[in-house]
Amino acid sequence: MAQYKMHLLVCGGTGCRASQSDVIVKNLESSIKELGLSEEAQVVTTGCFGFCEKGPIVKVIPDNTFYTQVKPEDCEEIVREHVLKGRRVYRLLYEDPETQKHIEDSKHMGFYQKQLRIALRNCGFIDPENIDEYIARDGYAAIGNILAEMSPEQAIDIMKKSGLRGRGGGGFPTGIKWEIASKNKADQKYVVCNADEGDPGAFMDRSILEGDPHSVLEAMAICGYCIGASKGLIYIRAEYPLAIKRLQVAISQAREYGLLGDNILGTPFSFDVELKYGAGAFVCGEETALIHSMEGHRGEPTVKPPFPAEKGYLGKPTNVNNVETLANIPVIYLKGAEWFASIGTEKSKGTKVFALAGKINNVGLIEVPMGITLREVIYEIGGGIKGGKKFKAVQTGGPSGGCLTEKHLDTPIDFDNLLAAGSMMGSGGMIVMDEDDCMVSVAKFYLEFTVEESCGKCAPCRVGNKRLHEILEKICAGKGTEDDLEYLKNLSYVIKDTSLCGLGQTSPNPVLSTLEHFYDEYLAHVRERICIAGRCKALKLYTILPDKCTGCTACTRACPVGAITGEKRQPHVIDVDKCIRCGACYDKCKFTAIHVQ
Amino acid sequence: MKKIKSLDDLRQMKKNLEQGMNIREKSDTPESLIQIRVAMATCGIAAGARGVMNTLIERIEKDKIPAIVTQGGCMGYCYAEPTIEVKIPGKDPVVFGNVDTAVANQIVDKYILNGELIDGVIPTNYQTINEKK
Repeated sequence: MAQYKMHLLVCGGTGCRASQSDVIVKNLESSIKELGLSEEAQVVTTGCFGFCEKGPIVKVIPDNTFYTQVKPEDCEEIVREHVLKGRRVYRLLYEDPETQKHIEDSKHMGFYQKQLRIALRNCGFIDPENIDEYIARDGYAAIGNILAEMSPEQAIDIMKKSGLRGRGGGGFPTGIKWEIASKNKADQKYVVCNADEGDPGAFMDRSILEGDPHSVLEAMAICGYCIGASKGLIYIRAEYPLAIKRLQVAISQAREYGLLGDNILGTPFSFDVELKYGAGAFVCGEETALIHSMEGHRGEPTVKPPFPAEKGYLGKPTNVNNVETLANIPVIYLKGAEWFASIGTEKSKGTKVFALAGKINNVGLIEVPMGITLREVIYEIGGGIKGGKKFKAVQTGGPSGGCLTEKHLDTPIDFDNLLAAGSMMGSGGMIVMDEDDCMVSVAKFYLEFTVEESCGKCAPCRVGNKRLHEILEKICAGKGTEDDLEYLKNLSYVIKDTSLCGLGQTSPNPVLSTLEHFYDEYLAHVRERICIAGRCKALKLYTILPDKCTGCTACTRACPVGAITGEKRQPHVIDVDKCIRCGACYDKCKFTAIHVQ
Repeated sequence: MKKIKSLDDLRQMKKNLEQGMNIREKSDTPESLIQIRVAMATCGIAAGARGVMNTLIERIEKDKIPAIVTQGGCMGYCYAEPTIEVKIPGKDPVVFGNVDTAVANQIVDKYILNGELIDGVIPTNYQTINEKK
């Protein structure tokens, strides 16, 4: 590799690409050439930096200058000022929302200060389409060392000692999973990477595959060696085209170097990886459904046992691990199980990647040590609630998870604490809600998703979730009764207890947890017919404030049902019975005379 | 592309490749490194700052010195360009003036490697906004 004095790292993740980061790369390169700096500065397309809120991102190395929301037309200025003269382009620097000061480099940004990037260690650091950069960062050294020095049993032992638990949601210890698969005898075994990321709002698996595909390939090879498998399969949804492309490039580069294929690094061990495409069904994240889908059957789950470790893909022992879990593995072997086990809490080791979304200032991807508190995540890394509003709840674990409220803000986040709080880790989506969010509507939103995504194989999930959704709709429409709340709860437990797979067993969680933490809000909906957050349209009460109304008749003309009456230049009145709560009058009124309750 | 046939091959390859990545590795932990900032404003460049910067970068790579070279803007010492600022962790930054390639090598040999000051130190009489709390 040539020796450059300056590296310009440009985010090439899906988010930043959508805002033309590919054009930015081209423009930077052409400006550098024009000014004769081709020998000095290098432009590198990397994976996601995580700070998606302010993308596209351009990071300048070695001074760590962090340019945000860069446009293609800014490139010339960056090169002329920064690369040539060493002057930062201040207007593109990240501005701290609190102090309104420009922050010169990423090391001083609150967003990065509390993070510890293990699974994301190479994201935003290397060019994912260049295997040389991965090797320069000790890539494939872990599999190399293992093949040279360890038996599969020893390698599994390290995995067990590290305490790594599955990052896809369940939190099952990875080492134990490997051990079970390794003990089952068969002529052929399989390693499967579950890249069917389906939680709304979660995108860590995609970002890892886009930013550091080789670490996943290397980990799969390690797993293959440990359990005695020579074939790996990555089940990825077809709606991740960029991740698929980067994986294809990575697989072909690894094959060319002989890091995948027969007799890896001159040892008897052979391993190759193939991609399998999914159509993006949520249920296919469940391992038995995933395996059926890969076999060409319907993506429907089956009863466990038999577990995939005994009878999986094509009836052979199969080990399924999630993308983020795999991304942790090469580093564990390089730095040791003790190192990994020293991070995190007693029962949850290491870090977790969270996708921050919702009403939060810094939407993006973060990786933090287990045991960090929700407060630190939301206020220090996430930069607080948008628009200075009041925090209400955070939904973790997606449609299978639940809500955490203000009283959980200081609870250390790990697998067990989240379960105890009535939520779950899930794949790590974190949707932040403020005072304007109606919790009944939130539960309804998630149910809508599970109803849509239920495969329909078992009745509790197929029918039960539909009923849950109907009751929630009824409550939001202002027609619910107190009995409905009791019914919701009972039905939820029945669905949980009787469903076949994880989808149905967890789908009522959003309902149960909102019922528990926000029972008052449900009561207000059914008793007083009020939606405190003002979200449920049908529960809004529109009235005209007589002292503010000028009688301009604008609202009368806007009302589609003729519910507003009144003389010109006299205060008007809304007929509550006729009103359909569409809000047209509210939008039209120039004198803020329409009051919404 | 050539196949990698053994672990030794892989290790050798890593060694050859890591140089190109060193700058990124180092900038990940800037606090623990010696930071050398070369003033690269117009007058600095005209006085030869680019050559000085190249010399420093080559020296650091050659002698494996835990240091990082960054570009800075004008520091205001126009009479003494090219100027460089060296900040050794735990010590106050020192600014050197009239640095040509020979002086740059001297700075590395004497100040960075042995902690001896050389002629040409410009007394710093400023604070940056980052230090002001």
